[in-house]
Formats: sequence, C-alpha cells, structure tokens
Amino acid sequence: MIAIKNLKKDFGNQTVLNDMDVTIPAGQATGIVGPNGSGKTTTIKTLLGLVKPTSGEILVNDKSIKGEWDYRRKIGYMPQIARYPENMTIGELFNFIKKMRNSTTNRDKELLEYFDLEKEIDKRMRELSGGMRQKVGAILAMMFDPEILIFDEPTAGLDPKSSVQFKKLVHQEKEKGKTVLLTSHIMSEIEELTDHLIFVVEGNIRYDGPMHELIESKKEQRLEGAVAKMMEETAA
Amino acid sequence: MKALTILTYQWKDLLRGKWILGYAFIYLLITDAMIRFGGAGPKAMLSISNIMLLLIPLVGMIYGALYLYQSREFTELLLAQPIDRPTLFWGLFGGLAIPLAAAFALGTILPMLYTGMIITANLQSILLILGLGIVLSLLFTGLGFWFGLKFFEDRIKGLGFALISWLFLAVLYDGLVLLTVFAFGDYPIEKPMLVLSMINPIDLARISVLLEFDISALMGYTGAVFNRFFGSMIGVAVATSMLMLWLGIPLWRSKRQFEEKDF
Repeated sequence: MIAIKNLKKDFGNQTVLNDMDVTIPAGQATGIVGPNGSGKTTTIKTLLGLVKPTSGEILVNDKSIKGEWDYRRKIGYMPQIARYPENMTIGELFNFIKKMRNSTTNRDKELLEYFDLEKEIDKRMRELSGGMRQKVGAILAMMFDPEILIFDEPTAGLDPKSSVQFKKLVHQEKEKGKTVLLTSHIMSEIEELTDHLIFVVEGNIRYDGPMHELIESKKEQRLEGAVAKMMEETAA
Repeated sequence: MKALTILTYQWKDLLRGKWILGYAFIYLLITDAMIRFGGAGPKAMLSISNIMLLLIPLVGMIYGALYLYQSREFTELLLAQPIDRPTLFWGLFGGLAIPLAAAFALGTILPMLYTGMIITANLQSILLILGLGIVLSLLFTGLGFWFGLKFFEDRIKGLGFALISWLFLAVLYDGLVLLTVFAFGDYPIEKPMLVLSMINPIDLARISVLLEFDISALMGYTGAVFNRFFGSMIGVAVATSMLMLWLGIPLWRSKRQFEEKDF
C-alpha cells in the first residue's frame, strides 16, 4: 500500500502538488488522470525519490520513504520519456541493472521475446526507435517481478499491436496481485486496466475512489464522458 | 559493491569513447618531446609541469561539467533503482576523475620509463609532479561537477562558468598578483602575497614546483619569502592542507547538491 500524506511540492514559486492526501490500495490497479501539468508525473517522481517533496511524506507499506532507497527494490518504473545511456546495448543495459539489483532473473529474455525484441539485443540505445525504447522501459519495469508497478503514459509511443501486447501483460501482472499505478490520457486504457481512479487538477485531488462509482454518479456510459464532465465542472 | 559496478561500466564507456586515450597520448607526446629536446633533467620536468598546470584544470573542469550533462540519462535510470544518492555520486565522480588522473599519470610516466629518466632524474621531483597532477585532476573535476550541478538545466551557463573560472585561475590571477606587486611594491606585502597564492590551487601547485626545482630566486624577494615559508615544515603542512581544502569543499558542496536535487 502506498499512502501519500499532505504532499506538497513547489518548483520555485510555482506549486505543483498542493497538499495531496491519497491512498493507493495494494493489489489493485489505480489510474491517475488529469489535464497536462496537473502534477501526475511529479507525484510519481516523488514516490520514486527522484523529486524531493517540499513538505509531507509518502509511506510505502507503512514506512516513510524519506532518506530510504532500498524500498525501490519493490518498485518497477516505466518513465514517460524513456531515456537510456546512448552507448549501451539492450543486453548490456539489462545485465547492468541486474547486477545493480543483485538479481539473476531470466525474465528479461522472456519479455524480449514477448515484445519481438530478441533480435535487437545487441543494438545500442541510440539506434532504437522511440517505441522500441518504450518497450525496453516496460521490460525493465517488469523483469524483476516487483510488487509495485508504475507506468507513466506507457502506451503513448507504442503501435497498436505492441499496445495490446503491453496491456495484456499488465492484466497478467494485476491478476498476480501486483499493485499497479498508471497514468494516461487515453481513457479507454484507464477503463480497461484499472479499478481505482484518482483525478488530479493543479495538484489537488478532485476524485479518489472506485472507477465505476464515478461513472455511475456522472450518469455516463464511459469513463471518457465522466472525466470530461468533471473537467468542465472544475473549469467552471 | 554497487559503486564498483557503476565504476566499471563508466570506465568501459569512457574507453569506448576513446578520447581519454587521446588525452593520455597528449601527455605522452609532450613528455617524450620535452625529454628529447630538454634532456632528462629538471628542465624537462619544469616544462612538463608548466603544461600540466594549464591543461589539467581546463580539461578537469570542462569535462567534469560536460560529463554530468552527458550522463543525465544514466543518472535518471539509476535513481529509480535501489541505490542511495551518495553512492551514485561517488560512482559518477570516480568514473571520470580516476580515469583522468590515471591518463595523466600514465601518459607522463611512460616516456620517463622508456628513456630511463626515472633512474637518472631525481625521483622525488618526479613523484611531486605526478602527485600534484593527480590531486589537480581530482580537484578540478570536482569543481567541474560543482558547476555542472549548479547549472544542471542550463548547460551553456555551466560550461561558461567552468571556462571563465579556468581563465581566471590559470591566466588572469597571475596578472592580478603581478599588478598588486607593482602597485604596492613599496609596502611590506610578503604576507598578503603568501595568502594570495594560497587561495589559488594552481598557484599553490606552481609554487610547489618552483620550490622543488629551487628557482624561487627568479621570483625576487617574494620568492625568498615563499622559500622561507613553504620550505619549512609548517609551510608544507599549510600548503598541503590548503590543497586538500580545495579538493574537499567543491566535492562536499556538489555531493550536497546532488543529494537534494530534483530530477
């Protein structure tokens, strides 16, 4: 379980997260939606310790992450823009991270095959297309079988086939009881993959609860309509 | 353990880039040429140290900053992994500073070995030059890191500051010192002069070299003051601790910055 408590983050005099207070339930898939620049990525980066909060704290399994680093062993992270050392080959990258994590997993091979990347294993990162890099990011997030999976706009650069493949994989992970955290602008994707929904606007939580309840309360058929209504309400 | 994994990766990556080999080769060429033309005596060593005093700070600072910018992806990748920031910082620093120091040391020592200079010349002088070069490499890479982290989002500014600092410390500073001597020559300025040379690490290294080769007489009466002060045990101790301070403070500051930074 991930508990975010009174989290506040300022960049200069701009407040990105404003007293965010939310719990991400364990063993479920949670979607974070919100307009551009609403603080979704900052929330995720704070959770990973990449960004240091101005105030407030985050608890992972009831333990504050402040000054901690070993909790990241439990987290697999796929960034929004996948950037990796340009000179590394895919194989080298995986071996390097395996060494960093003291792991001897073979899951990377399976996942490479799953994403049809096994022939590219000796290619350097700079030779890969954006979509291929995204897939590498997905494999990197999932290869160590962590209990928490974080995907930041995972399918933005993927072709339809890979996107379907990816979503199937996330489904499998969810079935295994993993905690999944996902941001996306594609509402059908959120609807397909997650059960719990968090709606953020300008660093404030506007909705936090089961997704179907939101759809029902807005008297809509689809999530897209419900979220659009909610955005209109906040704009008004 | 993790730091070692990071170091080995970076060294491999540096060697693959080949420019570090070129950097070592420059020292090899210079040392070789100096020994050929100036003989295997103090003259060659003096010329080598003069070049070293210019080149090491420049390469250390510029590449220190540039390297941080280049390794940004690598840093971001690792920060999402179970590793603490200090380890990552020392890994990044050692990944550059150690090869830079090694390139200098190897490039300088090799010609001395195959010309036999290492036997004929004064070993203490050779060790002093090598030691100073290694300390300066670490020191200025640390300074470069500091600039790089301070202006992490603005590369031009970071590199600009590094370049201007080099120009100031390596070139302009001496002119300013001379100007001071010229302007206040009628007053007893030995003590302020000592302080002035203490606060510039390049000057500090230069004076150590001058004293080692006993040509401080060339510097007139200030030379005598330096000789009296730096020649004594206290002088050596003060000079060494000043260099260590210069090594420690930028590294301490940049480690702090790295630990508190948002990526």
